[in-house]
Amino acid sequence: MFSKYIATIEGVEIYAIIALIFFFIFFISTFAWAFTRKKDYLKEMENLPLDNNSQNN
Amino acid sequence: MQLETFKYDNKIVRYFIMATVVWGVVGMTVGLWIAILLYLPELNFGIPYTTFSRLRPIHTNAVIFAFVGNGIFMGIYYSLQRLCKARMFSDLLSKIHFWGWQLIILLAAVTLAAGYTTSKEYAELEWPLDILITLIWVVFAINMFGTIIKRREKHMYVAIWFYIATVVTVAVLHIANSIEVPVSFWKSYPVYAGVQDALVQWWYGHNAVAFFLTTPYLGLMYYYMPKAANRPVYSYRLSIIHFWALIFIYIWAGPHHLLYSSLPDWAQSLGTVFSLMLIAPSWGGMINGLLTLRGAWDKVREEPVLKFMVVAVTAYGMATLEGPMLSLKSVNAIAHFTDWIIAHVHIGALGWNGFLTFAVLYWLIPRLWKTDLYSKKLANYHFWIGFMGIVFYAASLYWAALTQSLMWKQFTPDGLLQYPNFLETVLQIIPMYVIRSIGGLLYLTGVVIMIYNLAKTAKSGSFENDEEAQAAPMNIEPVKEKGHRWLESRPVQFTILATIAILIGGLIEAVPLYLIKTNVPTISSVKPYSPLELEGRDLYIREGCNNCHSQLIRPFRSETERYGEYSKAGEYVYDHPFLWGSKRTGPDLLRVGGKYPNSWHYHHFVDPPLMSPGSIMPAYPWLAENILDLSYLASRISAMRSIGVPYADGYETTALKDLREQAQLIALDLQKAGIPVDANKEIIAMIAYMQRLGTDIKVKTQK
Repeated sequence: MFSKYIATIEGVEIYAIIALIFFFIFFISTFAWAFTRKKDYLKEMENLPLDNNSQNN
Repeated sequence: MQLETFKYDNKIVRYFIMATVVWGVVGMTVGLWIAILLYLPELNFGIPYTTFSRLRPIHTNAVIFAFVGNGIFMGIYYSLQRLCKARMFSDLLSKIHFWGWQLIILLAAVTLAAGYTTSKEYAELEWPLDILITLIWVVFAINMFGTIIKRREKHMYVAIWFYIATVVTVAVLHIANSIEVPVSFWKSYPVYAGVQDALVQWWYGHNAVAFFLTTPYLGLMYYYMPKAANRPVYSYRLSIIHFWALIFIYIWAGPHHLLYSSLPDWAQSLGTVFSLMLIAPSWGGMINGLLTLRGAWDKVREEPVLKFMVVAVTAYGMATLEGPMLSLKSVNAIAHFTDWIIAHVHIGALGWNGFLTFAVLYWLIPRLWKTDLYSKKLANYHFWIGFMGIVFYAASLYWAALTQSLMWKQFTPDGLLQYPNFLETVLQIIPMYVIRSIGGLLYLTGVVIMIYNLAKTAKSGSFENDEEAQAAPMNIEPVKEKGHRWLESRPVQFTILATIAILIGGLIEAVPLYLIKTNVPTISSVKPYSPLELEGRDLYIREGCNNCHSQLIRPFRSETERYGEYSKAGEYVYDHPFLWGSKRTGPDLLRVGGKYPNSWHYHHFVDPPLMSPGSIMPAYPWLAENILDLSYLASRISAMRSIGVPYADGYETTALKDLREQAQLIALDLQKAGIPVDANKEIIAMIAYMQRLGTDIKVKTQK
């Protein structure tokens, strides 16, 4: 029933398409980011909380 | 490079530790109390302030915002300083944040007990407190971003991302859900009504779970778990994906709280689909946490901190699988409005939040007091007692929920409801309520053991308010970096992107609903509440009736048979706020109007078991004694008109006359039935509201 009311909004179809495009771009870029990181960088980040070269923690 | 010497602020961490523990005990004790009130309603001692319907919001708010809230700040103030290699931005802001937050909690407890409530779950506090929360949250945000900006470590570790997402999103949620028109200093109406109000509220409610109970605790997991296991997180790559996917998807899933309601179908489906998608990032996070212990599982056997963490992360995984399952419409049809949901949130609250908080406390206190834990044995006792508590709690409620739900839906071969009396389905599960409260008692006992253990630990050590540390200043090199690495060395850009990610879902969901506002099918027979009914409705909110009674009939035969015609979106257009409720401890009230005589309601309010033998509803005798306070009638009408309820101009001046007339009719009717009652009593307004409920539609079908 509600699709009827939604349909009365002008150009409402574009919402679904915009949403899909957002999604697609978002996840592709997230994965791209994650998998293009260098090993040494990941190592450095991983060890941040451990901070082994300082005895303050 | 020249090393800088600076001092970490440990004192503020200690403050938050104390607050976490104290409010934890308070919140859980109130929880145990209301669990017992369900089978011993007399334990409210016959006064309004300690009645189930007022204590329940105090319990939820205390556990979420006082216990977990202070737990978040405790965890962040310790880890953020170390991850940034910097002292907190401002000691003064830290202090304002701490004392401001405790003040809010105190005021919350007092006002909720006094009946000042918006009725919106986990956002019950009235508008002056909403403003205070906003101010204190801004103080926290300035303090946090200030620390991040003056940090000495170039990169922001993943825990900090989760902290940033928390600060930003909670601010957005809190403001969007608290847009309200004040009626008096302690009363307001939300600008949204009915279906829209429901959507905004559950967008808030769902994401309060996401960004208050989940993301900050994931941040804590990413810091304290590697610390406790003394090894880096399993996969940093996975944590990048975990973070972005989680905050992006979470924000869409709110409508799964409104399945089968009058919410448009497309919004319901959106909620279901995104809930299912949420399994991926949630389990990604769980796996990342658990696999951090790879090769260290022998330590789990020895180390109570790790035991608590393993159960916490596992409970997170269970709750985040259960959530999407509950979002499937067919499962939701059985589980919604039952104790299943209560069990589900307690897997999260007791398991995930509770156990992770305990783990952090057991890890933090020996370090801050520079000593060893007083007794590992006691910590292990705590672990097992707490664990048993969770099992008793959840198992009994799952059992209760399934039993009751199936009884609600059971038909006889003749096509009649087998259990037409709602109370019968309640009495059936009372033993389960007893077991649940035993589970709660066990859990609380564990906490008491922990406090003893931690106090002994602190006593044997010495606390250092300012801990000295050294680090090189951040060198600002002009090297160009790309991608995420560029991003997470720049907190401002990072924050903007995270904000966009959480706003997209909210907007795409909300905008079409705003656009159809003018198109929500209005029903011609649906009229605004009369002045007396409006006063009664606000009493209904004050007493917290919505904590146990829904006003939403789902389109199932078992519900239309029991309660009447199913709910239509157009019926709620004047409901500021909506009162759909989320749990049926008592029956639905949407169409209770005209079902019983006035005298039935009178007796039922004053002494429920008189009308329904065995009823566990608390008695509300004060309604029959208090004189209805009419000093805000005019401002109620004006406020309602300002947000679109079509009361005629100037009606606020004549409303009192209408109110008195309607009250007189009800009082006369009651007197005829042998109840000597004055027309100026609160109970008259309450009965007027009860008798109005759902009658607009009834009139229409009789035509």
